[in-house]
Amino acid sequence: MSTTKEFGRADAVRASATLLLPTAALGVTFGILASTAMGALPAVAMSALVWSGTAQFGAVSVLAGSGGVPLAMGTGLLANARYLPMGFALAPSLSGSAARRALAGILVVDASFALAHRGEGRFDPETVIWAAPVQYAGWVGGTAAGVAGASVLANPGQLGLDVLFPVFYLGLLLPELRGSARGCLVAAMSATVTLMLIPVTPPGVPVLAAAATALLGFRKPS
Amino acid sequence: MMWLLVGVLAVGTVVLKLAGPLLAGGKQPPPALVRVIDLLTPALLTALVVTSTFSAGRELVLDARAAGVAVGLVLLLLRVPLLIALVAAAGVVAGIRLLV
Repeated sequence: MSTTKEFGRADAVRASATLLLPTAALGVTFGILASTAMGALPAVAMSALVWSGTAQFGAVSVLAGSGGVPLAMGTGLLANARYLPMGFALAPSLSGSAARRALAGILVVDASFALAHRGEGRFDPETVIWAAPVQYAGWVGGTAAGVAGASVLANPGQLGLDVLFPVFYLGLLLPELRGSARGCLVAAMSATVTLMLIPVTPPGVPVLAAAATALLGFRKPS
Repeated sequence: MMWLLVGVLAVGTVVLKLAGPLLAGGKQPPPALVRVIDLLTPALLTALVVTSTFSAGRELVLDARAAGVAVGLVLLLLRVPLLIALVAAAGVVAGIRLLV
């Protein structure tokens, strides 16, 4: 969000808490799917150590479709390849010791990356760090519940929880677009690329390719 | 084999996430790169909106989510608080799924 308004720790926690329920629900769905495809303990460990819905659903859907472990690895890594450019975008805003830079770098997820954006190439590392615990707890806790056979949130669709992700992202996107002709152009290009690639590429690739539309920034604004 | 999968994805993700912060941390990028960095957020968010609205695995679908997102979009454009837009969108989607 490119607002100049002070966005503190409490705001970061509150904003990420908005996604607690849908994240937990998605975790339950993953837990149910993954415990059959790979076993209970690896499923929970995966959520705790990989902590990425796109990569995990991608990998497990390959396993479920008998695609084999090597293909599941490739799919999962490709799905998370977007973290490479995101990490380099974040880097200039991270100062201090290597450990401190690594903390923010490792805790970043899609939502906190967008929440932390301050414009002029800057991000607020505090926002990234403080948005993490709620999201992590929701994802790992949800997975554990799903593995244990929880059925309360087993069908997030019934409550319309799955729509909370796109609307949340939209809420972060609109302020980025206000007054930015280039932002609008990039968004239009990104949407086109994503729609074209969804039916023909593995999960994660459409988002990665769409991120490349930001390279438009190399051209000087006229 | 499952533990190998978990290990490779965990280590791979950490490497992808840390390359930037460890190799380029705190360095001031040239102006052209700053413009790219600022455009990365809208590019990424748009792609996430599109995938979480219109995709089911590798299929393009038009379902109740699209209606929920449309309602959310209108409310957000009217500057309604995000939380209210979220609840309204979820309500619309739940309602459509209940009826259809």
